[in-house]
Amino acid sequence: MPRINSPAELEAFRSSLLSERDPNKTCITLCSGSACHASASREVADSILAEIEKQGLGAEVEFRRTGCHGFCERGPIIVIRPDEICYFQIKPEDVPEIISETIKEKKIIERLLYTDPVTNEKIIHESDIPFYKNQGRIVFGSNVSVDPKNIDDYLAIGGYSALAKVLSGMTPDQVLQEVKKANLRGRGGGGFPAGNKWEGSRNAPGDTKYVIVNADEGDPGAYMDRSLLEGNPHSVLEGLAIGAYTIGSHEGYIYVRQEYPLAVQNVNIAIEQAEEYGLLGKNILGSGFNFVVKVHRGAGAFVCGESTALMTALEGRAGEPRPKYIRSNVVGLWGSPSVLNNVETWANVPLIINNGADWFTQFGTESSKGTKIFSLVGKITNTGLVEVPMGTPLKDIIYKIGGGIPGGKKFKAVQTGGPSGGCLPEEMLDLPVGFDELTKAGSMMGSGGMIIMDEDTCMVDVARYFMEFLTDESCGKCVPCREGMRQMLKILTNITKGKGKEGDIELLEQLAETAKEAALCALGKSSPNPFLSTLQHFRSEYDAHVKEKRCPALSCKELINFYIDPEKCQGCGTCAKKCPSEAIIGGKSMIHIVDQEKCTKCGTCFEVCPPRFRAVRKISGEPVPPPIPEEARTIVRKKKEK
Amino acid sequence: MDKERIDQIIEKYNCDPSYLIQVLLDIQSENNWLPKEALERVAERLQVPMTRIQHIATFYKAFSLVPKGRHQVHVCVGTACHVRGASRVLDTVQGLTGIEPGETDLDLKFSLETVNCLGCCALGPVVEIDGKTHGKMAPAKTADVLKNYD
Repeated sequence: MPRINSPAELEAFRSSLLSERDPNKTCITLCSGSACHASASREVADSILAEIEKQGLGAEVEFRRTGCHGFCERGPIIVIRPDEICYFQIKPEDVPEIISETIKEKKIIERLLYTDPVTNEKIIHESDIPFYKNQGRIVFGSNVSVDPKNIDDYLAIGGYSALAKVLSGMTPDQVLQEVKKANLRGRGGGGFPAGNKWEGSRNAPGDTKYVIVNADEGDPGAYMDRSLLEGNPHSVLEGLAIGAYTIGSHEGYIYVRQEYPLAVQNVNIAIEQAEEYGLLGKNILGSGFNFVVKVHRGAGAFVCGESTALMTALEGRAGEPRPKYIRSNVVGLWGSPSVLNNVETWANVPLIINNGADWFTQFGTESSKGTKIFSLVGKITNTGLVEVPMGTPLKDIIYKIGGGIPGGKKFKAVQTGGPSGGCLPEEMLDLPVGFDELTKAGSMMGSGGMIIMDEDTCMVDVARYFMEFLTDESCGKCVPCREGMRQMLKILTNITKGKGKEGDIELLEQLAETAKEAALCALGKSSPNPFLSTLQHFRSEYDAHVKEKRCPALSCKELINFYIDPEKCQGCGTCAKKCPSEAIIGGKSMIHIVDQEKCTKCGTCFEVCPPRFRAVRKISGEPVPPPIPEEARTIVRKKKEK
Repeated sequence: MDKERIDQIIEKYNCDPSYLIQVLLDIQSENNWLPKEALERVAERLQVPMTRIQHIATFYKAFSLVPKGRHQVHVCVGTACHVRGASRVLDTVQGLTGIEPGETDLDLKFSLETVNCLGCCALGPVVEIDGKTHGKMAPAKTADVLKNYD
């Protein structure tokens, strides 16, 4: 492929691409994101290719491996276009039937369709499924139609037209004004207006400036940036190039976690292809603008998601943050002005340029515009990535899109904002999602993790969990973070172990206050949030742990015991067989007993006891009833009378 | 790992010291750990002091200064897996292998690590062994899976 030397040539090339593509040709798209790989989507892909070959359909059927479709709960997913037939949880052995029935005979295979859990109705089309129907996917939506390893797919959906528009007809100032007008705020956590950040760099003195993609997505339970970078890397590169043009930068970096090998691979391929086409590199689209992008792999440190720490890591040193008396957009990487934005933020830029700020601001709330991708995980029926307009109530995300809590359990809390965020209780589910709305409620937007917790989740343990995470990830540079969190973790761990004492909660509050005021970077300053928000909304759970040595959610190991109800046990022996610690005294037709000395509280017996008996109980805050005497253990079954 | 291979990696990055972390990542991924001799070679070729290399090798989680076992067990303890019972799975792995996260057993069979989110939350709790994902884990299932490795 020769270089594309002008915006007109780009359009001509696009037209020729589209004319070669028949929109009515059958195309099988398969989700090949990391999450689906874990569910064997590679094997499915192999068998699709083999089957197309075997049934002699090579000329009539196109096969495309796309990035993440978002509905990870039901992966791997196949969408057959142009009819938009959607099949879920495909196994390699389903493939021959799909090819022979659906592709050849145009027959729908009922068992592979989505079944609406409420109406029991089978749904054929992706756009009719509640999970997709209730979203607004302007950024993430293209993932389903693009093969990330093929730049032509991105060009076919209008890719790089925003870059062409900027380079051929807009001054850097005009671009800046558009982004400012759109009020695009950073999607990585802080919510700082991207336009202001860019302006600061643009006006800062110096000839060398940098633009950086923060793909060091470290929040546990959040993977939207990975899926975007894996599934549509060109949208991020295009946004980055536009940013570079605006601030006058000629060099960009993508800092991506090495734990995301597919993202690293796809973004490298994307850069190579874009350079070949002349969409990156020297004299882009004949405009005279030069811009190169380099990929750096992060070696695993949560704090490197922080801007100054990330830049230090890019310089080849240990990623510790520095005080921000002067912001990094003025003095950043190698001491030069550097704009750092998150993956999703960059991916929004081409959309704003193409459609205008007015289009963008029609989505969202007063202060938060556009959409946000959330990773909806935890105790939720439809685990996956969802993109909704800002201002969508939490309730709609959890129930309309997420399908509510599985197993008939009761909702307890939603945790947003990653380890620095907070937990919101049921009373707050009407809250619209937005940067300021969530902050006001005591949580935060963060990068978009949304973890759902049900009645079995202990909120004290959640606070302890996040504190453990942050203590582990603290870089150790400042005392309030390094020492304060260690002490908080110690106290919280004691509380979950039943060793809490009067005054612990007050001491935790003091430590939290100190960290908030005195820590060096955002990681330390926000570290007490999980504790403070759980205390605010779930104080009774703290009190139960400290005062009654009881875990109301029956989750803290040291505070619970497993007990077999002699009235219900039928002596089936399942628990005794499965117990990994041989802690169950069994015997044929005997009532089983848990040996409390041996029990490691792994909960296996509780899980395997047949639901029709439900004999195993968890108890907390009360003594375990004494085991029944040996002579009473024989189960006397009633004989069936004729 | 031989000197020539280390030199090749360093030359791939044009002996640029800002690529120090990338060089170490490549050595780590090929060799599974960072031997002292390799670090000395990197220090010499990139002209960076050994203290800085040590700082990096101990700061970032990806690096190991001790040899690793034949099988790398990664237990996901991300939030989604945590609320679904990852700690019970971790307890089971620890009990069966006799090692804590970050350790390798004496006969170099297993190395155990905890990771914060593997990004397949729909399958949680997740355990990854040698790159293969095992989803929807529970203590009993964990024991069954570990039996398959020797």
